[in-house]
Amino acid sequence: MTDFSRLGVAAIRDGVAKGEFKAVEVAEALNARVSAAKALNAFIVETPEKAIEAAQAVDADRAAGKPLGKIAGVPIGMKDLFCTEGVQTTAASHILEGFVPTYESTVSANLWKAGAGMLGKLNLDQFAMGSSNETSYFGNVISPWRRNDGSTAALAPGGSSGGSSSAIAARLCPAATGTDTGGSIRQPAAFVGISGIKPTYGRCSRWGVVAFASSLDQAGPMARDVRDCAIMLEAMAGFDPKDSTSLDLPVPAWEAGLNSDLKGKRIGIPKEYRLDGIDEDIAKMWDNGIAWLKDAGAEIVDISLPHTKYALPAYYIIAPAEASSNLARYDGVRFGLRDLPDGAGLQDMYAATRAAGFGEEVRRRIMIGTYVLSAGFYDAYYTQAQKVRALIARDFENAWASCDLILAPTAPSAAFGLGEKNADPLSMYLNDVFAVPASLAGLPAMSVPGGLSKEGLPLGLQIIGKALDEQAVLNAGLAIEQRSGFTAEAGEWW
Amino acid sequence: MSVDKDTVNKIARLSRVAISDAEADKMVGELNGILAWVEQLGEVDVTGIEPMTAVIPNKLRLREDVVTDGDVRDKVLANAPAKEGSFFGVPKVIE
Repeated sequence: MTDFSRLGVAAIRDGVAKGEFKAVEVAEALNARVSAAKALNAFIVETPEKAIEAAQAVDADRAAGKPLGKIAGVPIGMKDLFCTEGVQTTAASHILEGFVPTYESTVSANLWKAGAGMLGKLNLDQFAMGSSNETSYFGNVISPWRRNDGSTAALAPGGSSGGSSSAIAARLCPAATGTDTGGSIRQPAAFVGISGIKPTYGRCSRWGVVAFASSLDQAGPMARDVRDCAIMLEAMAGFDPKDSTSLDLPVPAWEAGLNSDLKGKRIGIPKEYRLDGIDEDIAKMWDNGIAWLKDAGAEIVDISLPHTKYALPAYYIIAPAEASSNLARYDGVRFGLRDLPDGAGLQDMYAATRAAGFGEEVRRRIMIGTYVLSAGFYDAYYTQAQKVRALIARDFENAWASCDLILAPTAPSAAFGLGEKNADPLSMYLNDVFAVPASLAGLPAMSVPGGLSKEGLPLGLQIIGKALDEQAVLNAGLAIEQRSGFTAEAGEWW
Repeated sequence: MSVDKDTVNKIARLSRVAISDAEADKMVGELNGILAWVEQLGEVDVTGIEPMTAVIPNKLRLREDVVTDGDVRDKVLANAPAKEGSFFGVPKVIE
C-alpha cells in the first residue's frame, strides 16, 4: 500500500488524476498523521472533515469526467493567519481566540478552487512576530528535528511559519501556506530542511490575511521540493482587485517553466553577507552552493550590497510602525476578546483588552511602532528608515547590472533550541539578518536545503531574484536540489 | 535618544495598552536596547533620497463609484463580543 505521507504535491495530484488512488485515501491517511502528531503542536485547529469533503468533491469530479484543478486532491496545511470562512482564525493570539471569519481569504479561496483540501490551521508566532514560534498563545511548535548527539532537546522550527515548517518536515502534509514579512517563510524552511518561496510583493493577494506590516507581508508556499513550491505558488498567486497592492499580471506557468540548466545566468555573491565570524558550517554550505550553480552552467560574480547592515535596523522601525497601525483594530468592540474591568469606561476597556489579548512580543512591537511614529520622532526614525529602505532597494537594482540572481545563506545558523534566544529580543531579531533585505526590496526569494550542520541539522541556501522573476529563482533552486543530494529526514520520535 | 519610565507610560497610553509598574520598568531597558541599535541608521547618508513608498512600482487603481459590497449586517456583527440588537455594544461614553 502507498505511504501517502511520502508523496509530494505533484505525486498526489498526478496519482489522483491517473486514478492510481483516490483523493479520499490520501486525505484519510494524512488526517491520521496530523492527529497522531500532537506532540509537535503544529496545528491550532484540525479540520479532518474539510480535507475529506474537498477530496470527495475531487473524486466525484474525476468519476464524472470533469476537468480537475491544478492541485486537485492535495491536502494542505493553512497557516492560521489566513481567514477561513467558518473555521477559527487566531493569528496565534488570545485577542482573536474564537474569531470565526464570515469570509475566506483570496489565497485560501484560490487553493480550494484549485482542488486542495484543508487539514487544519497551522500554529505560528503571534501575529507572525517571531523567528522561533515561541510567541504563539497556543504554545511552542516543536521541530521534528533533533541534534545528532542523542539529545532530546526541543528545537525551534523557525518562525513565524513554524507550524507550516514542522508539519511539512514531519510529513503531516505535503505542502502548506506561509507568509513572509522579514523571512517568515525562508528561515523556518531552512531550519527543517524543506523549500519555501516568498514571491515578488504583490503576486499573492493580502486580502483576508491578518495584517502585520502591510508593505512587507507576502504569502508564499512551503513544500518538500522546488516543483511542489512552483505548483502551489501557481495556485495561490493572481491579481485581486480587493488588494490595492496586488499586481495586475497573469500568473506564469512556473511548473512548466522549470529548467535547471543555468547556462548564461550570472549568480552574484554579496560580500557583505560574509559576516565576520560567520558559522563554519554555513560558510561551507555556501561554498558548496556556489560550486553546484557553477556545475549547472552559471557564471559566478562577486557583488556588493553596501547597505546590507542597515536592513535589519530599518526593518525593526518599519515593521513595528506598520504593525502598531494595523493592530489598532483590535479594540474589543467589533470582534475578538473584550476585557471590561468593573466600572471601566471605553478607554480603559481598550487598554485592558489589548493588555490581556496581545502577547509580550506583540505589545513590545506595538510600543516601538507607536514611539517611532509619535510627534517629534517620526522623521528621525520612520522617514529615515524609509530612506534607508530606498537605498537597500537601490543596492539590488545596481547589482542586477552584473548578475541575474543572488546566492546567500538563508539564516546565520542551524535551528537553535527553544528558550535559547528568549532573554534578549535583539539576539532573536538578528536571526533574520540574511532574509530581511529581500523583504524590504519586495524581491522574490527562496530557501532550499543546502546540507547539514555538524549537529546533523538542516541548513538553507537562499536565492534572491529580480522583481517578477520567480522562474529564475525556482530554476536555480532546482539546480541546487538536483546536486545537493539532500535526503536527510527527522526521525519519527513523536 | 533614550526613553525613561514616563515616556514608556506615555507610549503605552498612546498604544492603548495597559501596563503595570513592573512592566514599565522592564520595558525601559528593552526599548532603550532596541532604540540604541536602530539609531545606527543615523549614520547613513540619505541626501537627496526620497523615502520609499512602494517596493514594486504599481499605480493605484480607480473603480466606478458604485456600491459593490454591503448589506451583510449579520456577518459584520457575527463576531462582536457584546452585540446589542443590531449594534456593537460599548460601555457608556457620555456621563
